[in-house]
Parts: sequence; structure tokens; C-alpha cells
Amino acid sequence: MGIIFHIGRYTRFILRVLRKPENGAVFRRSLVNEMTTIGTNSVGIVALLSLFMGAVMCLQTAHQVSGWIPVYTIGFTVRQTMILEFSPTLIPVILAGKIGSNIASQLGTMRVTEQIDALEIMGINSAGFLVLPKIIAGIVCLPLLVIMSMFLGLTSGAAIAFLTGVSNMADFQYGLQVDFVSYDVIYAIIKTTIFSIIMTSVSAYHGFFTHGGALQVAKSSTNAVVYSVVIIMLSNLVLTKLLLT
Amino acid sequence: MIELKNISKSFGEHHVLKNVSAKFHPGKVNFIIGRSGSGKSVMTKCTVGLLEPDQGQVLFDGRDFTSMTQRNRKEVRTEIGMLFQGGALFDSMTVSENVKFPLKMFSEMTDEEMDIRVADCIKRVELEGHGDKFPGELSGGMQKRVGIARAISMNPKYLFCDEPNSGLDPQTAIVIDKLIIDITREYGMTTVVVSHDMNSVIEASDTIHFIHEGEIAFEGDNAEMLVAQSDTLNEFIYASKLMQKLRDK
Repeated sequence: MGIIFHIGRYTRFILRVLRKPENGAVFRRSLVNEMTTIGTNSVGIVALLSLFMGAVMCLQTAHQVSGWIPVYTIGFTVRQTMILEFSPTLIPVILAGKIGSNIASQLGTMRVTEQIDALEIMGINSAGFLVLPKIIAGIVCLPLLVIMSMFLGLTSGAAIAFLTGVSNMADFQYGLQVDFVSYDVIYAIIKTTIFSIIMTSVSAYHGFFTHGGALQVAKSSTNAVVYSVVIIMLSNLVLTKLLLT
Repeated sequence: MIELKNISKSFGEHHVLKNVSAKFHPGKVNFIIGRSGSGKSVMTKCTVGLLEPDQGQVLFDGRDFTSMTQRNRKEVRTEIGMLFQGGALFDSMTVSENVKFPLKMFSEMTDEEMDIRVADCIKRVELEGHGDKFPGELSGGMQKRVGIARAISMNPKYLFCDEPNSGLDPQTAIVIDKLIIDITREYGMTTVVVSHDMNSVIEASDTIHFIHEGEIAFEGDNAEMLVAQSDTLNEFIYASKLMQKLRDK
């Protein structure tokens, strides 16, 4: 099916998702559950990746620093990499694998076992009931995870610099502070928020429109991750052009 | 009463329903029977609004469901209960939570009142003591019974059952059939059952609509069906050796 078909169906799907929930109390409970799944349950993997990435970035930069390049470049590079790209882009890409496949397979299974039809028969807007809490949870949780990732990446960079002796604390700290533009963090948060919407809604779209059986659920789950990552990367380019240049 | 007037539905070049008209009466178990692929599931989905018919009307007690706004459709849908082929129970919820779910979404009941209603529905389908179990812990027949309990929790005026006996052993199938009959009589519901299980049709049907290649080929009751002079219907009814033996006797 053509790309125009998918864009049209995705747009109609999102319009359905954004309708007012039938029951506020049930919606709030569902939102809390989704925030646990998307946010709390992702803290471990985000922390692990960020700690290692900050440390590796520090060592790689230190390996390049010699001669006329000042040592504070190590702290500067770790900061810029974590704030501008690793935390706001790669963390959502990695989470698209974890959360995106989870969303698509959950909705896909609900579709093929007629649970979504059951919601529709009851008079519930199934798209809104199932997907809106996931999108809102993503918008709330992902920026928080990314801020945590930035902090942990910088901390681990500093720790490894100190432990291996590639830079002293003063140089590293100076590198972290030099030419710091707070707008970079705002740019990162804006990117993350948009990526979270892409990740949750694209994955939900693929799961929601699954037809068939277990094989199609698996295919939807794969498509959800692939399309989310591709769209995140394309959006990254566009957003960077719009927000930074 | 549910009335279908000249319903047609096509998927591309494939005409699944061709000008179908039918009436389903309250307090009766109305069966839609037919071979796989004959259009009975599409007919049911058009009736409950899961598919939009290309033309025709679906009337719920005179209310034209096909031309209603989404808001008005929602009101009618709260009067509909449906038992799905696979149960369609929510995996993440216990039996009690499944039955309670429609009440939580749409009723004005207090928590206590809801719990009493849930207990009544679970008792009605003879599943007392299983309220805390998850659907994955139940047998196929028990899942169907939970599906019935959930379907009746809102006191629906209309009950749809899609292949209620598929995948069940004959004894459990009889239990489900009896439950459907009893509930229909008790609540005065308009019940529509989609099935190709002839045992069920003979046990539980009040009226029968036989659909063949997207058209209603027969309409009548049990006795009329068994003596009908229709080759396609007879081929369907007497497909099994058991039914052939019964006919020959």
C-alpha cells in the first residue's frame, strides 16, 4: 500500500486518538500504568547505556587529544555529544526497540484476539482508550529519561577521566562549562518530545491495524521499530536544521 | 427488535452481502447460519457497526444505526452485549475486572453496587470462586462463560454471539447453548447467534436465517428448516453423516 494511504490512515487514527476519553478516572489509572511501563521500567537500560556511553566518549576523545588540542576538549566533547545527540536521539532510538515493539505487539495481539473489537462494541473509542495514555506517558517520561541520561553520561565521563587520569577534574569541569549554551538543552528536550510522539504513535499505528495472526503481530512489531527509527532519524535532520542553524 | 433493510457490503470486486434483509425478534434466539465465507460474520459486523455497510439500514427498535452520529451510536452500543468467538477477554484483567469493566466505563454505580452486580453476573454463569483468576488460567468453556457474564453486565437489550461453541466439546457446548437460551428469556433480549454448528441450531434456535453467497436463502424456524425444499440448505444441514442418518430415519 502506498505511502499516501498510510499517511491518510495515520492522520485519521491520530484524530481518533485525540478525542476526549470516555471516563476520566479510568484514563488516569491507565496513564499511570503506561508511565510505569514506558518510564519507570526503562530507567535501568537508559542508566546503563548512558553510563557506558559517557565513559567511552571520554576515553575516545582522550585518545584523539594530543599536541595543540587542549585537555579540556575531553569534557567539552562529552558534554556536546551527550546533550546534543546521544541522549536526545539515540536513547529514543533504543527505546523505540524496547517500548515500540512492546506497544505494537500488545495492540496487535489485542486486535487479532478481538479485544479491540470488544472495546468498540462497548461504545469505547478503542484508539483513544488504548493509545492516548501511551502517547502522553511518552511525552512526560522520555524527556525525564533523557535529562537523567545527560546527567549520568557527564558524571560517568568525569569519573572515568579521573580514574584513568586522562584529564584532571579541573580541566574536565572547565570543558563541561566552556561555551555552554543553555538553548542546547532546550533543543534536546524539544527533539525528545517530538521523538516520543513519533515512537509511541507510529508503533501504536502498526499494532492497531494488525490483521491476521501471530505472524502478522510479529511483522507489525518489526515494522513499528523500523518505521519509528527511520522517521526519528529523518525528523532529527529536519529539527536540527530548523532549531540549530 | 433488530431489523436489517437491504444491506450490501463489498470488498473491492467481491460482493459479500447482496441486498440482505432480516428481522431479529426480542426474547428469541435468532440464528444466522451458513458455510464459512458465506457472509454471516460480515453481516453481524455490519449490524453492530464494526463494518460500515455500502448501502441499506440497520434499525435497533426503529432507530437507524447506520445514519446515526457517533455520539448516538455510543448510546445504542451500551445496549449491546457481544460474545466473541475467542472470548476476547482482556488478558491483563481478572475475571471480575473483565465483568466490571463496562460498568466502570459507563455506569453511574458506586464501587459497592458494581461489585454486587459483578458477583451476580459471575454467579449467573456459574463461575463463583473464579473471580480472581486471569483469562489465561481458564478453560475455553469458562472463558466463553466469562464473555457472557461481561456481555450481560450492563443489562443489554441486544446480545450477539459469534460462534459461541467453536472449540468446545459437545457437553460444554450444550451448557453454553442453555445459558444463551436462559439469559435471552430471562432478560427479554434480542439475541443473534452466528453459528455453523447444527447441534446448536437444533438445540437453541427460535428463528433461523440461512445465508448463502451473500444472500438470505432461507428464513424460518427449526421445523421449517428440516423440511425446506432448498438444495443449498439441505446440503448444509445434512453435511454430516449423523444428520444424514437422522434424516433417513
